[in-house]
Amino acid sequence: MSSAPIPDRAILVDMYRKMTTIKQNDEKSRAIILSGKIPMVYYSPRGQECIPAAVSVNLTPEDNICTIYRGTHDMIAKGVPLKDLWAELAGRATGTCKGKGGPMHITHPASGVLVTTGIVGSSLPIANGVALASQIRGDKRVAVAYFGDAASNIGAFHEALNMAAVWKLPVIFVCQNNRYGEHTKYEKTTAAKQIADRGAAYSMPGVRVDGNDPVAMYNVAKTAIDRARAGEGPTLIEAMTFRFYGHVFGDADKYMDPGEKKAAMAADPVPRYRQWLIDNGHITAGELETMEKQIDAELTEAIEAAIDAPWPEVSELRKDVFAEEIAA
Amino acid sequence: MTTESPSKPAVKKIGMIQALNMALHEAMSKDERVIVLGEDVADPEEGGIVGVTKGLSTAYGDLRCRSTPISEQAIVGAAIGAAIVGMKPIAEIMLMNFTTVAMDMIVNHAAKLRFMSGGQTGVPLVIRTATGAGLSVGGQHADYYEAWFAHTPGIKVVMASTPADAYGLLLSAIDDPDPVIFVENTLLYFSQGEPPEPGKRVPLSVANVVKPGSDVSLVCYGSHVAPSLAAAGKLEAEGISVEVIDLRTISPWDRKTVLASVAKTGRAVITHEAVKPFGVGAEISSVIHEELFDKLKGPVQRVGAPYCPVPYSKPLEVAFMQGAEAIEAAVRKTLQARAAA
Repeated sequence: MSSAPIPDRAILVDMYRKMTTIKQNDEKSRAIILSGKIPMVYYSPRGQECIPAAVSVNLTPEDNICTIYRGTHDMIAKGVPLKDLWAELAGRATGTCKGKGGPMHITHPASGVLVTTGIVGSSLPIANGVALASQIRGDKRVAVAYFGDAASNIGAFHEALNMAAVWKLPVIFVCQNNRYGEHTKYEKTTAAKQIADRGAAYSMPGVRVDGNDPVAMYNVAKTAIDRARAGEGPTLIEAMTFRFYGHVFGDADKYMDPGEKKAAMAADPVPRYRQWLIDNGHITAGELETMEKQIDAELTEAIEAAIDAPWPEVSELRKDVFAEEIAA
Repeated sequence: MTTESPSKPAVKKIGMIQALNMALHEAMSKDERVIVLGEDVADPEEGGIVGVTKGLSTAYGDLRCRSTPISEQAIVGAAIGAAIVGMKPIAEIMLMNFTTVAMDMIVNHAAKLRFMSGGQTGVPLVIRTATGAGLSVGGQHADYYEAWFAHTPGIKVVMASTPADAYGLLLSAIDDPDPVIFVENTLLYFSQGEPPEPGKRVPLSVANVVKPGSDVSLVCYGSHVAPSLAAAGKLEAEGISVEVIDLRTISPWDRKTVLASVAKTGRAVITHEAVKPFGVGAEISSVIHEELFDKLKGPVQRVGAPYCPVPYSKPLEVAFMQGAEAIEAAVRKTLQARAAA
């Protein structure tokens, strides 16, 4: 674990709660897809739990995030209620988006999840606009754009970083570098030695951090968020991590070096952090077990409720295209 | 424009640019959620390339009217982000061809966020953009893409033909809770017309019957309204009565007014500056055939630009741009069908 300042116990425990919820949610997602009960396209965030957990404990409920298709960890960390989330994954009327968005488009403004995009790189320009509104209003909110390493090669990334820097927008760009863009390795597609270096091109701090180290990640996120909130402008964070279950769930990972994956899974950030919390006396194993059981029960309940929930009415096709319903 | 009645007292006409500028001032002075973003839009950059946004940054501050980098994705993205948290942004994309650079933001995000969020996040955004042939700017500064946007559920598309309509339609577009592409014609920037009544909105999706008639319905919009009226005037002298309908909103279009007109006349022509194949005319023509086949006295005709990029050389550009003559010929064709029958 990092030698950076260690946050309060409550924050440490909150981070673990988020991380283990994401991990358990992932386990249940994969199981339910295999069971055939909820068929869905699924981009597993397993292995990347720590990043949004450490970011979110630094955010207020009023701060907003824009995330991407591999984003259930970001949504859960920001506080999207599991019941609403699961009903949406199942395409049900009771979902966050009435079943009209699905796994790649979860939106829940009440918990600050404003956009989930299925387009690589598109979270950044929109997060800028959310931050722009805060800058104009002076409401001291910040916006976070989550994206992957491959997004740093698309034009939207560069346009957004430049605009955010030139306007000093209260936005934080959090790149979750899991080392593969779809099936292709980072080195084959990206000329920058590290994505953090791209911050310098836009006169903003670019920070590389071990995204699987909760204490290090917490401190880097806190500095960036404090800076944005103080009106000092954006930061580019490159959080190093690894995705355990490929690009889309079901892909065979043949493009991946098995040794690389094995090593990453052996360094699984969730059990590692669990052990660290216990070893350093922040919480007992018994307390963690109670927490984990409670999360398991909450997830089970959310999934069962989703399966039992009603499908949306076909008339929904005419609703929400525009504010005014389209005539039948 | 030719619509004014000679008996009306003389009123000072105003230009298109002035009308648009007045609408922006009206909106920004009444609602502080309205902001303007775009290349060169603030006063230090001369308030836009033709001055539509002149005076806004001076009157309402640099934060509310801001010149941007030449970054169309970032401009539209910022406008979308601000819109979903309650601002009412007007993004200027200098020319319609440049919207192609921001297509992901417009099509995948602005158009769809309301639906995909189940109504939680609306995008009350206006994208003002200009285009049109006739200024010898060649193939990448003059295209009309209204059919692309009209084919994307979730976006409204508006085009005004007069300064008063531009004023009233732009205010309605700003009021509207959904994304609107507001298309301005570069030649019409230099046209004059009746001044608008201050604050008066022209509703979206309501067509304007510019000239009533009984023999043929002529549906047009934007830069094709003036040549349509010219053609109608010429035909009138021969006893052919043409009803000229300015759509004003391309999508969602006013089916009721158009279908009622064609039900009455039994003949229709649709004309637009955009290329003819797969254009707006094709959609309107199809709906007329679907709904009114038994009332038609002949096949619906379409006028549009030929299937090629906007050319540079003057004679080619002149041949590319369809005007009153082409419209008149199309109207006559619908009447020939009657003669043959």
